[in-house]
Amino acid sequence: MTLISVRGLDVRLGGRMVLRNVSLDIRAGEIVTVVGPNGSGKSTLLRSLIGAVAPARGRITRAEGLRIGYVPQQLHIDPTLPLTVARFLDLPRRVAAPVARTALDRAGADDLAARQMSELSGGQFQRVLLARAILGEPQLLILDEATQGLDQPGSAAFYARIAELRRDLGCAVLMVSHELHVVMAASDRVICLNGHVCCEGAPEQVASAPEYRALFGSGTQGALALYRHEHDHGHDHGHDHDCDHDHADDHDHTQGHGTT
Amino acid sequence: MTNLLDSFLIRAALAGIGVALAAAPLGCFVVWRRMAYFGDATAHAAILGVALSLALSLSVFAGALAAALIMALTVSALSGRGYAMDTLLGVMAHSALAIGLVAVSFIDGARIDLMAYLFGDILSVSRADLGIIWGGAALVLLLLWWRWSALLTTTLNPDLAQAAGLSPSREQMILTLALALVVAVAIKVVGVLLIAAMLIIPAASARPFSATPERMAALAAMIGTGAALGGLVLSYRFDTPTGPTIVVLATALFSASLTGKALFRPRA
Repeated sequence: MTLISVRGLDVRLGGRMVLRNVSLDIRAGEIVTVVGPNGSGKSTLLRSLIGAVAPARGRITRAEGLRIGYVPQQLHIDPTLPLTVARFLDLPRRVAAPVARTALDRAGADDLAARQMSELSGGQFQRVLLARAILGEPQLLILDEATQGLDQPGSAAFYARIAELRRDLGCAVLMVSHELHVVMAASDRVICLNGHVCCEGAPEQVASAPEYRALFGSGTQGALALYRHEHDHGHDHGHDHDCDHDHADDHDHTQGHGTT
Repeated sequence: MTNLLDSFLIRAALAGIGVALAAAPLGCFVVWRRMAYFGDATAHAAILGVALSLALSLSVFAGALAAALIMALTVSALSGRGYAMDTLLGVMAHSALAIGLVAVSFIDGARIDLMAYLFGDILSVSRADLGIIWGGAALVLLLLWWRWSALLTTTLNPDLAQAAGLSPSREQMILTLALALVVAVAIKVVGVLLIAAMLIIPAASARPFSATPERMAALAAMIGTGAALGGLVLSYRFDTPTGPTIVVLATALFSASLTGKALFRPRA
């Protein structure tokens, strides 16, 4: 079933053409990742899907009564605004206590309900945002650079949680990320965006596509393989660490991985 | 009640309470959304409205409300067109104030006590004024109560509000309208130069003792009311200008809240 369908979408922001002729479909239960360089219109695409940006041309069709959970790119809560996590989940509509508890549980934030939003760490904050997004048991979960400000183990854990949520809730996931290798490996489908859709397909296909290489170079190829490798041995905790290093060295791509 | 309202002090006290009750919860939004300067600009524009309504023999309240609204809408419309918000506000706020002051000087024959509009003249509040103040305050409180959750969500993040099916621009409009209303009813009480103080100081004083937005709004209302009543008494006793005395007392409460915060929460 197609949840959301975009056809020939043009979006202008402040006179600048940000998206040109974008068409895509999100189907039930799939994880789709949008990758692209800075300023390629990734966030604008997500924002037009939730209706925050009006298209200049083209159409966006949502399935009847589609429930969307949205995790914004950045959420700065002014420290002058006192807000507990529980109260935050109640905005804009109050939710029953058991519903809130289940959502916090699923997002791994079960112990945070009574805390002040402004006192949370980056990782805790993201889990609370995630909990809020899944309150209504969404059919489509939209995440905009959800791991910004998390360290590498933190964002890896976050993506593992997303995959788990998809399994539990059966929701489709559409996300945007700059962390190409981690995100791509966790996706069913990758859309490479640079104002328009450059290429689209399974992660391996996209990673080897000339359009993708032109945008990101071939450096991420090794990283993608690295993550695949790590992922394959994910249950073998004792050797996980070693594998990581060995493989990274093979590909001469140690930057950022040496510390894992 | 009729006899009570004959006393100018009772009328002044009721006017002060009305303004404080409306200004405090709205002031919380002004603080949370960092709109302090926006509030100031809207208030300054009101003096232009006062001048125009005196020249045209209209109600001062209506003139101030219209000018404040036009200012707020103009700023909203101009923002995002290449100038930073605070630059825009700086231009608009001070030009509106200056034009207003110049315009007032053209009104011949009118023995306008300009000070009364700049710093308020709470002791001259009439019954009709009282009706306008409480009517306006009730409208503001009603608006805020009705849209409370939507306003809070929009304040957190406009996209989050959009995703929840709300319209951030509509919520912004409601705040703008509420702000213009508060400005218009507060002119008589604290004057255009000190309205922002009644918005911001009670809210800021309430922050250290609040765990939820609702509590902060309620506490701010209490602090604002206390400052209004206490300021009135003090100004009567020491023969000081009432509007500024109210603000001075509010500032004293703010300082006390900082001290209290240090005492009760040594870590924070």
